[in-house]
This record gives sequence, C-alpha cells and structure tokens, in this order.
Amino acid sequence: MGDVILTMKGITKSFPGVRALDGVNFEVRKGEVHALMGENGAGKSTLMKVLTGIYKKDSGTITYEGKEVEFHNTREAQSAGIVIVHQELNMLGHLTVAQNIFIGREFKKGIRIDDKKMNEEAKKLFDRLNINIDPTETMSNLTVGKQQMCEIAKAISHDAKVIIFDEPSAALTEAEIEELFKIIKDLRKQQLGIVYISHRMDEIKVITDRVTVMRDGTYVGTLITKDCTKNDIINMMVGRVIYEDPKEHSMVPEGAPVVLKVEHLNAGKMVQDVSFELHKGEILGFSGLMGAGRTETARAIFGADPKESGDIYINGQKVTINTPEDAVKCGIGYLSEDRKRFGIVVQKTVAENSTMATLEKYTKGLFIDKKAEKDVAQKYVESLATKTPSVDQLVVNLSGGNQQKVVIAKWLVRNCDILIFDEPTRGIDVGAKNEIYKLMNKLAEEGKAIIMISSEMTEILRMSDRIVVMCEGKKTGEIGIEEAAQETIMNMATREIG
Amino acid sequence: MGKNKSVISRLGGQKFIVLLVVIGLILFFSAVSPDFRKYTTVMSILDYSYYIALMAIGVTFPLITGGVDLSIGTGLICYSLTGGFLIVQKGWPVWAGILVTLLLSITIGLLNGVLVSVMDLPPFLATLCTCMITRGLGSIFSKGFGISWPTSGAPGSWFRNIFKITVNGTKIPLGFLWVLLLVVLMAFVLNHTKIGRYTIAIGSNKEATILSGINVRFYHIMAYVISGFFAGLAAIAYSAVFSTVQPGTGAGFELEAIGGAIIGGVSASGGFGSIEGSLIGVFVICLLKTGLPYIGLQANWQQIITGLVLISAVMVDIMKRKKETA
Repeated sequence: MGDVILTMKGITKSFPGVRALDGVNFEVRKGEVHALMGENGAGKSTLMKVLTGIYKKDSGTITYEGKEVEFHNTREAQSAGIVIVHQELNMLGHLTVAQNIFIGREFKKGIRIDDKKMNEEAKKLFDRLNINIDPTETMSNLTVGKQQMCEIAKAISHDAKVIIFDEPSAALTEAEIEELFKIIKDLRKQQLGIVYISHRMDEIKVITDRVTVMRDGTYVGTLITKDCTKNDIINMMVGRVIYEDPKEHSMVPEGAPVVLKVEHLNAGKMVQDVSFELHKGEILGFSGLMGAGRTETARAIFGADPKESGDIYINGQKVTINTPEDAVKCGIGYLSEDRKRFGIVVQKTVAENSTMATLEKYTKGLFIDKKAEKDVAQKYVESLATKTPSVDQLVVNLSGGNQQKVVIAKWLVRNCDILIFDEPTRGIDVGAKNEIYKLMNKLAEEGKAIIMISSEMTEILRMSDRIVVMCEGKKTGEIGIEEAAQETIMNMATREIG
Repeated sequence: MGKNKSVISRLGGQKFIVLLVVIGLILFFSAVSPDFRKYTTVMSILDYSYYIALMAIGVTFPLITGGVDLSIGTGLICYSLTGGFLIVQKGWPVWAGILVTLLLSITIGLLNGVLVSVMDLPPFLATLCTCMITRGLGSIFSKGFGISWPTSGAPGSWFRNIFKITVNGTKIPLGFLWVLLLVVLMAFVLNHTKIGRYTIAIGSNKEATILSGINVRFYHIMAYVISGFFAGLAAIAYSAVFSTVQPGTGAGFELEAIGGAIIGGVSASGGFGSIEGSLIGVFVICLLKTGLPYIGLQANWQQIITGLVLISAVMVDIMKRKKETA
C-alpha cells in the first residue's frame, strides 16, 4: 500500500427529516482495494455521491492528493481522476464500444469523427487491461460483464487515480467476476486507489486490503481484511442496537392450515429452486440483501414475470398462475415496493383506486356504480384509519403511509386472503410505519396470510412469525422468530455459494 | 454473440430486406400490368417520391433521438405558399423566394427544437402544435387561394429544371440525382460527425449522454432544425413538380415520410436508423401508392396496405429490441 491519496473526514449530510451521513471518515491509499460495507441504507452510496459531487456535503472535509477539494458534479470529479463504475451501467447501447468510451471527447479529422483512431485507442486500453473486446462491436451486443469492462476502460482513459466500484459483481457470472478481479488486481499494481462496495463477504476476503464499515449513516470502523473474520465484519455491520422490540414468539396458532405452498420455483437467475409454505394468519418475512431475488420471487408467484418451472398450491390445490389476473383470482394481492409505478394511480381518487381490482363488482350494466364504490371505499377508509378528507380526494395528495393504506384497501376490497407486502414501509415516516405495522398484525389476526419482503432487519424481526432468507436467487435459510437474531440472518444472507 | 452476425445483418439488416421488397414490388407490378412498365410511370413515381424522400431524410434525425416531427407535412405547404406568394404576387425573384422558403423552414425547425429540448414538451405535442400553426400560417400568407410557382416555359421557371430537364424530347429525372447526393451527404453527417453521433446517443440513452458532458440541448435542437430544413427543400421540390399548391393540404404527407423511415429501419423508439434505409422505405410507400391502381386496387387500398407494411416493420423493431434486452 502506498501513500494516502484520498481522505474524507467528518462528512455529514442531511436530507429533509433524515441524517444520511453523520461524521463519516474514510480514506483510500494508492495501490489498495478498500471495501466499503454496510447494510442497505447504511449510507455507502450517499458517501460516494458526496465524494463525486452529486450531493453537496453539509460539513466535513475531503482531501485529495494533498489538497482540500469540493467537486460540484461528476464531470469535475472525473477530470480530477475520481471515477465511479456504476452498478447500473450508463451505456449507449446503439453505439460501438469505442464510441462509448470516447463519447464527448471524440478524435476528429476536420469535421469527420476519426472512428479509426478511436478504435485503435480503445484497443490500446483493452490491451493494457488484458481484456479481449472488439472496439467496433455494438455495445448492446455485449454481455453485462463485458459492458462493465468497457466502463472500467472508460474510467481508465480518464486518467483515473481513484476508481469506485459500486456493487460491480451484482450482475456478473462467476467467470466474469474472476476476470473482473484480475483487472482490479492489475489496477492495484498500477498504484490506483480502489473503493469496492459489495455485500458479498467472500469477495471482500478475496479482493480487498482493508474494510471500512458503516451503519445507519455513521462510521463504525476500519479493519485490515486479512486480520479479521467474516463474523467481525458482520458484527460491525449489524451492531448491538435494536430500536424496536423484536417479536418474541410466533403468533400463528398451532396447526394453522397451509394456504400457499410454493415448490421448486425457478424464474431466471434471480429465482432458483425456491420452496416455502405460508400458513393462515402468519406473517412470513423475506429477508436478504438488495438483489437477493425476493421481489423477483414475489413477482413470479404473482404471475407478473414468467416462471420457468415450479408448482404453486393454494389451500392444497395446485393452481396455474400465468398472469396477475390469475393470481388475483386465486386471492393473492401484491403490494409493490414501487407504489407509484405499480400500486396506485395517483391521479385518481381514493374511491376509484379502492375498487380498481374489483371493478366488475361495482358496475351496473355498462356503468360504474359510483355510490357503491364510494360506500365500500368509505368503509375501508374507516377501518384502516386512512387520513383523507374524503374518498373523492386524489391519491396524489395523500402522504406515503396513507397511499399505502389505499393500496391495502384495494386488495381487501378484492377479498384477497394472501397479501404480499414488498417493502411495505419504504418512504413512509416513522409514525405512519407503526400504523402500517399494526394494520398488518390485525390482518394476520383476522386470518390473512402475509408475505413481507423487507430489507430492514428491525422490521423483519419485529413483524415476522417466521423468516425466509434469500441470497443470490436461492433460499439460504428459514428460521422461526424464536431463534432469529440479526447475526444469524445476516450470515444466511451473505452466505457463500458454489 | 457479435461475431456470428447473420448474412442479412451484415448487408444492412432491415434495409436489405426492404430493398428486396422494393425490387419485388417493381417486378410484381411490371409483370402484372404492362402500363406500369412505361417510362411515364417511372417518371410519375419519381416525381411523387422527391418531396417525401426529402422529408424522410430530415425526419430521420428527430426519429433517431426518440422523437418525431409531425409539422413537416403542413410545414411543406406553408413554406411553398409563402415562397410562391412572394414570387408570384410580390414579384420577388425566384431565388429570393426559395431563400425565404428555406429560412422559414429552418425557423419552424428551430421552434420545434426549442419546444422539445428547452421547454421539455413531448415531441409529439410540440410538433403537433407547429403542424397546426404552419397550416394556419400558410392559408394566411396565401389569403386562402392556391398558388402556382412559375410554370414551365414562363420566366423564372428555371427552378423546375432542377428536378426534371428535357433533352431531345426525353424527360430526365434529375431530381433523383439530388436526392441520392443528399442521402450520401446526410448519411455522412449521421455516421461521421458529432451531430449524427450525438443524435444517436440521445436516442440511445439521453440521461447517459448528458452525464457524458455533452451539450444535449444543442444537438437535440439540431435534429429538429435538420428536419425543418429538409421540409423546406421538400417544399421546393413540391413546388417544382406540381403545378398548384393548395392551402389546407399537406396534412398526412408527414405520415408517409415517417412511415417510410420506419419501414426503412429507423427504430420507433429511437437510437437506431439510417438515411439510406429511410430512402428505401419511402420507395416502398411510393411504389404501393403508384402501383396498386395499376392492378385495379383503389387508392384507399394503398393506405390499408401501407399501414399493414408499417405494422410489420414496427414488429420487426420490437422483436429486435426484445432480443436485445433478453
């Protein structure tokens, strides 16, 4: 490891209502790979966004190559030599590899763009990285792994001194990851400073020199990778603080019938051989890190994405679910993590949203029975305690928590017995969160069966009767709430596979 | 993946298939109808093709950005009426009338570009508005009457010879040569200059293009300026080929140009397309329009069949994209 090239000290950043970063320290040396770890929402990405000028810090200092700096946008950071290789690639799929690498700074001969020279320069870059990619190939024809190599080549061509990899391996195959590691090791040899953000514990041990752990927007500590164990890192990541009391034992009555049984479900890379059972009156938590395949599993069950194989039984009967329509007929309701995109129509009223999935019940001949619609909407506004001036209010005017209640009402009107809550409290403030929790408990008591996908450990421990843990598209564990602890779950969620 | 490209995609993909369709249509109509084989038919197809081809060259740019330009059809008539009015009613020299025609077309193109790129209006809406505006303007300039640019033989009719000259009694379709030259020129602009490169980049991923530090606003506007300018050139071609320009017409021309471009392989969602493809696509439309009456089908059938051809072209595009994302 060489000299320190980048130091971030006491970085603080607040968003309305949230302190996203609180006095975070971080440093990178030349020729080191420095892992940045933490649970979802720990503040890793925010810290890197502050570094590259996407967010403006409230306080703290950034020292780069011995000088205090503050970048105002990614371009400034880029020209100074700090480059991010994003998890979601910023690719122009219709242009060639070389055209992508040199976009915005094309070589020219008169007014003509000199594609030949760009191809040659790209080839040189690839040679330096020992990558075998044809610079004249159209970008969209490459695999995700190769596209990422191009992003790296692009970063290097900017004379990068610090490269930040944001979950680079999330979409890569084993072979591609190996190739990526070879490149990273090469870059380390060339004395670049590398920040490596990842959830995969096994990768951290293989590729990084040091690990900095963050939790809830604060700096926890920095370790030398080879001197620490996986458990050390996990302990630092989850900490000892539990904010809300976890559930102590399952609330499901002994011998409650199985209402949903999923067997050997396969749907692409993100859902591999997933099996589980859901009982009447149970809240089944789905835990795991981002990209573990939980939402994909839910969408496959719900018929929103195609299944490759696997069986679904409802109340012991095998059913075929190919579309969401089939799922709804089977009594399954899905509350998407992205309410605005999939859950509600914000420019419609509370009443209209409430009957959206059940409209045929509220039509007389050709016409919608507005009165019946309003009556049923009013009933659920009352029973769910939705705060709205009237059922004629446009949903866009409601708060996040109350919007969520309208979505719940929609599925209750439909009389769904199985409800899939995907990140039920995302974007909802603390007070409203508690109400949603109470409501979910009440629904379970009334005999509804609930699947709750959540990335928040405290939420999982507080709400679930039983927990399924997923990692990289596979189910890696299942435990009752009695034995569940943050460390066990985190262990399952970061389990090495293969 | 990339290595084992099929023969068809190496020859230009959809363009190549559509070229085969064009040849097939010519052979078919020639075989079925002896009248179709006459030289006058060839001339009338070409006469009819110039203005649509010119519009198609221009509109390919906004289409590749992922937008559209609906104002080129009524715009064409508006520019032609304005130029013709100045020449015929005000006694301006023909070159000055042509200049005003082109300047006006560039202005409307600029307006479209600003509406879309600066004011963030959806291209469909922005150009629908300018479509209506140009339609109204054209009628105002001509006071509601049709206008004839100087007819053959009359003083100032030299501009008609740009598109068609008579040598020893034989009419030579000179316009086709200009169209081909412009296709070559604009293909160069699209494939080898910054304007073209960034037009494709915007259509491919606008956000990423902005993040690459490119003045997306400028290049986005340029796409509409090019489209406007070519509608101006189309106006000249239209005035030269047809005797009278009627106010209130022109709506629907743009659909033939856009349809041609899309048949020729421009992606309906942007990011991909070629000028030569658009030209070939236009000829599918022109051949159907001219050829179908020769085999006894009315003009209405031409529209239905063009619509069906368009659907298959868009289907090809969608299937291609599905394969890409899979």
